[in-house]
Amino acid sequence: MSYNQAQSTHLAKQSLFWAISDIVAMTKRNLLHYVRVPQLLIFSSIQPVMFLLLFTYVFGGAIKTSAGSYINFLIPGIIVQTVLFGATQTGVGLANDLSKGFIERLRSLPMARSAVLAGRTISDLIRNIFVVLLMTGVGFLIGFRPEENIGRLLVALGLTVLFGFAFSWISATIGMLVKNVETAQVAGFIWVFPLVFASSIFVPVQTMPEWLQSFATHSPITVTVNATRTLILGGDAMPDIWRSLAWIAGILLVAVPIAVYRYRKST
Amino acid sequence: MEPSIRDSIISVKDVYKSFGKVQALQGISFEVPKGTVLGLLGPNGSGKTTLVRILTTLLQLDRGTATVSGINVSEHPALVRNHIGLAGQNAAVDDNLTGKENLELVGRLYHLSWSTTRKKAADLLERFSLTDAVNRTIKTYSGGMRRRLDLAASLMGQPEVLFLDEPTTGLDPRSRAEMWEVIKELVREGTTLLLTTQYLEEADFLADDIVMIDRGKIIAQGTADQLKARMGGGVLELRIVDKNRMKEAEELLRGLGSGPTQIDEISNHIKIPVCDGSKALVDAVRIIDNKGIKIADIELRKPTLDEVFLKLTGQQSR
Repeated sequence: MSYNQAQSTHLAKQSLFWAISDIVAMTKRNLLHYVRVPQLLIFSSIQPVMFLLLFTYVFGGAIKTSAGSYINFLIPGIIVQTVLFGATQTGVGLANDLSKGFIERLRSLPMARSAVLAGRTISDLIRNIFVVLLMTGVGFLIGFRPEENIGRLLVALGLTVLFGFAFSWISATIGMLVKNVETAQVAGFIWVFPLVFASSIFVPVQTMPEWLQSFATHSPITVTVNATRTLILGGDAMPDIWRSLAWIAGILLVAVPIAVYRYRKST
Repeated sequence: MEPSIRDSIISVKDVYKSFGKVQALQGISFEVPKGTVLGLLGPNGSGKTTLVRILTTLLQLDRGTATVSGINVSEHPALVRNHIGLAGQNAAVDDNLTGKENLELVGRLYHLSWSTTRKKAADLLERFSLTDAVNRTIKTYSGGMRRRLDLAASLMGQPEVLFLDEPTTGLDPRSRAEMWEVIKELVREGTTLLLTTQYLEEADFLADDIVMIDRGKIIAQGTADQLKARMGGGVLELRIVDKNRMKEAEELLRGLGSGPTQIDEISNHIKIPVCDGSKALVDAVRIIDNKGIKIADIELRKPTLDEVFLKLTGQQSR
């Protein structure tokens, strides 16, 4: 079968180029949804902004932190919460495509198997960048003032969306497992909630009971928020940045193969 | 390679597939020569879609071999995907994209260049009379338009073999006729096509060869004419005015048909499978009239799928 062999080598040579091309095509397709259905973007922005306002004005006065003002303490945390909640939508989007038979067509095409998942997680990453910038902007309007330079702020925002990207892959795995939009909605959200609240996002971990502290201190979310907070408010951020990057790499190393495996197996 | 395989663009040999305890396919074999249309005919749940999904690499077979364009689907699924197009039962297009965007997405995923993708998409949209809807999102399309766009998407990669899984199920008669015209034209251009359908008339109109399957097994195979000859060609159905003389009429007509006559108690019809329809019709009217029995209604029609299955398997398909 020299025909097959020639075809295989040809495919292998070009496979990386086409894999990227496939991911770009799928990402573009997902982002077009926000243009066609602007409500999707509006609602995925309203909720985090509402959280920001509510926490600042309702709880802000009652929570004592080491930062100068609660809004300065809150912004580095709440952007991480925002990307995590945003990441839960990855699984919902995939489950939606699966339920409509659209993925069935894609699976019959000579496209890269990973492009459906990568296109989804990357378009969610782009949406998260938009929402995080919006949150920071709204933060500025209500008194947020970073205590370090803009470079450190941008590194903090970058780390935040990268962290959200890793969680998108966990969410993708859940979406591939449940295959149903409503279930993905609930299953994707429920485990993020305790993780988000049992962390340093809204309050200093030291105020929690000891048993919870030991969990919260080591949670990848606390590690990441400590990194963004130090980056924005001052101090040596490197140890927490490394820890956060290690978590991100670890999550991706585990979640990506599982998600791709589930995609291949899905029918 | 055996010559029969080389001439065939699809070759299915003794394919088995089960889902848990359900035996979906139980030893299916057939060949589809290049440039011909195979109609896979069977009721819901007969295994048609399972077979299409195996041939389009969406599903692994348990036993047997299947090749498409000479490539084994279980060994080289990725290569097979370069040669096939698939339009499934539910139009697999993106609701939030326009017709043009949908086709261009699929074109890119078939790894066509941008210029080819654009040209091909424009050609197909024109050809399938979707030019007016190019820049409208699919949400605004009618059922028939969605199916046409879905078919267009499956043609973006200029596939050697096209798989259409129940392309007209759920369409109104007008959209169905439009779809048939589109498919017929593809066939004229020499596309090899495997089409599944629940409708005998559809297989009859579009397919060169028909494979009838039921419960995962092939129950008949041949050209439409060959199958029709086996079925007896048609059904003569009549209703008489006086219900009490039904039995008498039925007995009189017994010798006429090519198979056993049947009385449908609910609709008060007598059904007779016939070979030479028009002769049987004239004879039936003469015989019944001689005895002074009045006919309320008489009709000569093609057998329905149910009747075909009844004849071929001796049991109701549903």
